Amino acid sequence: MTDLTRLTAAELAAGIHSREVSAVEVAQAHLDRIAEVDGDAGRGVHAFLHVAADAALASAALVDEAIGAGSAPASPLAGVPLALKDVFTTIDMPTTAGSKILEGWRPPYDATVTARLRAAGITILGKTNMDEFAMGSSTEHSAYGVTRNPWDGTRVPGGSGGGSASALAAFEAPLSVGTDTGGSIRQPAAFTGTVGVKPTYGGVSRYGLIACASSLDQGGPCARTVLDAALLHEVLAGYDPLDSTSIDAAVPAVVEAARAGASGDLAGLKVGVVRELGGEGYQPGVRASFDAALQLLEKLGAEIVEVSCPHFEYGLAAYYLILPSEVSSNLARFDAMRYGLRVQVADTGSAEEVMAATREAGFGAEVKRRIMLGTYALSSGYYDAYYGQAQKVRTLISRDFAAAFERADVLVSPTAPTTAFPIGDKVDDPLAMYLNDLATIPTNLAGTAAMSVPSGLARDQHGGVELPVGLQIMAPALGEAVMYRVGAAFEAVRDAEQDGPLIRRVREWS
Amino acid sequence: MTLANSPTLVDYDEVVERFDPMLGLEVHVELNTRTKMFCGCPTAFGAEPNTQVCPTCLGLPGSLPVVNRVAVESAMRIGLALNCSIAPWGRFARKNYFYPDMPKNFQTSQYDEPIAVNGWLDVALDDGEIVRVEIERAHMEEDTGKSLHVGGQTGRIHGADYSLLDYNRAGVPLIEIVTKMIPGTGARAPEVARAYVTTLRELVKALGVSDVRMDQGSMRCDVNLSLSPRDSGTLGTRTETKNVNSLRSVERAVRFEMTRQAGVLDAGDPIVQETRHFEEQSGTTRAGRRKETSEDYRYFPEPDLVPIAPPVEWVEELRGTLPEPPRERRKRIQADWSLSDEELRDLVNADALDLVAATVAAGAPSQEARSWWVSYLSQQANSQGVTLDELAITPEQLARVIELVAGGELNNKLARQVVDGVLAGEGSPDDVVAGRGLAVVSDDGPLIAAVDEALAAQPEVADKIRSGKIAAAGAIVGAVMKATRGQADAQRVRELVLQRCSG
Repeated sequence: MTDLTRLTAAELAAGIHSREVSAVEVAQAHLDRIAEVDGDAGRGVHAFLHVAADAALASAALVDEAIGAGSAPASPLAGVPLALKDVFTTIDMPTTAGSKILEGWRPPYDATVTARLRAAGITILGKTNMDEFAMGSSTEHSAYGVTRNPWDGTRVPGGSGGGSASALAAFEAPLSVGTDTGGSIRQPAAFTGTVGVKPTYGGVSRYGLIACASSLDQGGPCARTVLDAALLHEVLAGYDPLDSTSIDAAVPAVVEAARAGASGDLAGLKVGVVRELGGEGYQPGVRASFDAALQLLEKLGAEIVEVSCPHFEYGLAAYYLILPSEVSSNLARFDAMRYGLRVQVADTGSAEEVMAATREAGFGAEVKRRIMLGTYALSSGYYDAYYGQAQKVRTLISRDFAAAFERADVLVSPTAPTTAFPIGDKVDDPLAMYLNDLATIPTNLAGTAAMSVPSGLARDQHGGVELPVGLQIMAPALGEAVMYRVGAAFEAVRDAEQDGPLIRRVREWS
Repeated sequence: MTLANSPTLVDYDEVVERFDPMLGLEVHVELNTRTKMFCGCPTAFGAEPNTQVCPTCLGLPGSLPVVNRVAVESAMRIGLALNCSIAPWGRFARKNYFYPDMPKNFQTSQYDEPIAVNGWLDVALDDGEIVRVEIERAHMEEDTGKSLHVGGQTGRIHGADYSLLDYNRAGVPLIEIVTKMIPGTGARAPEVARAYVTTLRELVKALGVSDVRMDQGSMRCDVNLSLSPRDSGTLGTRTETKNVNSLRSVERAVRFEMTRQAGVLDAGDPIVQETRHFEEQSGTTRAGRRKETSEDYRYFPEPDLVPIAPPVEWVEELRGTLPEPPRERRKRIQADWSLSDEELRDLVNADALDLVAATVAAGAPSQEARSWWVSYLSQQANSQGVTLDELAITPEQLARVIELVAGGELNNKLARQVVDGVLAGEGSPDDVVAGRGLAVVSDDGPLIAAVDEALAAQPEVADKIRSGKIAAAGAIVGAVMKATRGQADAQRVRELVLQRCSG
């Protein structure tokens, strides 16, 4: 019998819709897998913070019932299970954003993303672990314990969406949803040998997405194949009147593009290599994998050109002014007055004292660090020098992208400078941790689209097993179709040349 | 109560002799949009606490704002009516500070990119003198929730046993209208302040964008005031007085601050730049809690909203919807109704101008309409402790009463009873007439009987009338009116008395 957890979302959907297998069986197989490998923090993968077994089975049963009654499936993914990052509100499950301050909070409303998943008949298995309020690149900043990398349990899965990425690599779910503020979808995808997409800013509604940095956050699909990501992308994306920054335009036809890419070549397409991303500071194995990827792209008929984005080098600095500034304001609402944790302060505790004590106890070190950085950066007398300057850099980076897209259809780089690092390696060195996002941050600052697709394996200086490397493909705003086409074409040729999908080489969890 | 820290107040005449006041006014107008500034919750006043809330106005994690188009339109119309320029592009900003009744701990407001700037409003003082008040800006923002501090002695958060929070008001759209500093008002500063707020209120009311009820907080005024030595050309330190909740309070607050600040300066002390609260009862101001550090609101552009960039065509379309400016309207009304300056002023001060105009529009002559609102109905409002427009009678209903009087179906006394019936909720004027049986008795039969009865009861008076002393008829008319409980037409009674005595 086929192991249902090893199938892609597209394969599962085909089986469910042709009644070869029921959605309930599929959901149960994944729930069993979660029970087998996810475990508690410290032992298992710990991709999930909450598993909603009953709700998942009930939702799957509804899909089976509808199909049994001869109705058309609610969407091409109806009945397929999915893991949802714990940053999207869910009316029937707790939502914590990985923080103690929201422990046990039950939102009274569904995020637009949650509502779209439900409407599409997708089975939500549960909520996945993340760095607290999406601040981090390793999931070590979760208040609920680290998520482990299925390739090597001593390694981090990346972050902030380590839970959503590990759930895929550990075959606990074929699909997951993440959010990407500076690389939180793409870097974990690279670290776990999966596919992660950061859509154009405004492409996927942020309503019900607990904000980290409003002008950078973007929800997006995570999967084990480019086609699966595209199928989920079309469910998630689209205009939402509840989000003012949502784009009121047609969703790019990414499924069609992915199918075309998988079966075609890239003749006539120009792929730009960003000179500033990939040199010094990148692990030799990562660079080797990237060079091999370029050769495959050339083999597909793409023309490789070099482009320069001179302001990308200021991206990290600008990001670490804009993000904390927005964070300091977005997280002010966690004050113990209306919801979440409340720490009582004696009898005489004033409202301010209760607020302060709650925030002291409820926020982790990284969150506090960024609140303080942002508060400082926005202070009168510093605003122009910090927040103001950073916004100018942001404009310059957008111009760099615009100029580069004049010369190339898509841009490529390694997704992250290294492969997955050992748990504990960087948690006390914020700057080293921040460097993880060097190559992913410019896309968030410009509001453009990008994805990470597995490009190969590499061994780092710590030795041990070979770990996945990701190829980042960047496209202009609303240029998702060409990005998916390139991603799918690359995936197909890479799988053909290297004995099948990379994900098959992940070790069995024990 | 100890007055240890209270300064000696300086006599007002002396203040204006030795000091120049510098006046500035910030007025918050709560818009009467059906829904809130950034969400679809209703804005109705007086609902059960926390029943008009949603994830957005409660600031729940993940919620996002969406701008209310009608609120933007109202803001632009206010700006245009104040002769401001409308910004072709502008963003909202976040004003960050912690307070329990602020759901997000930041207020979404406009900071350095207000929607309307650089306008003016001409204001008529009581003697007809016109003062041009320059408007610095009008900008949009959201209201906060309301705190009710229970226990303790001050009703303030400090010392309270506990606090109750109502977020129904959180997110209600506000327009803040800020004047430039108004120099050279001298002794008339309190009057200028009141006249400005009165005129602004009239204008906003005419625009139909707010209830402008100062008693309910849908219009709130902060008074900024400083004094400098007469003709010194320097600028003194200013105080900002909040909680000024009526037109009269605006005038009193300015006057009190002038006398208080003069006292502080005379004692050789500096004026502390602070927020003060107006005390309605005593007509004084008291210092708010002093902050040890100056507040840094860390403003930055609101990333959850897109910029507001009204196209020129939209602005011009809105300009076409503006009402007549208050001063011109008053002039026109004064001419149309042939009013003296005093009569017009009484009408404005009684807050009856709009009601009289509406009554006239419903068909009543201005003289009668004016008389009803300024005298009888003002008395009724006064005794009920409500404002004139809160009375349970509409201008249309009053116009109907006036029509019934003109048609002879009611006399003045009966008309008052009809109005009382309407005020008591007995229905329309016609309902009250029918319900109370108040129609004027015009059938001569019963009247003749009553006249004959009265003449028989007072034979000596009857004789006087018969002998040509027509003035004596008044006593008989009075008796008949009494007997018919006022329902007779007095004119007709007089005719009948003379008729019966001439035969």
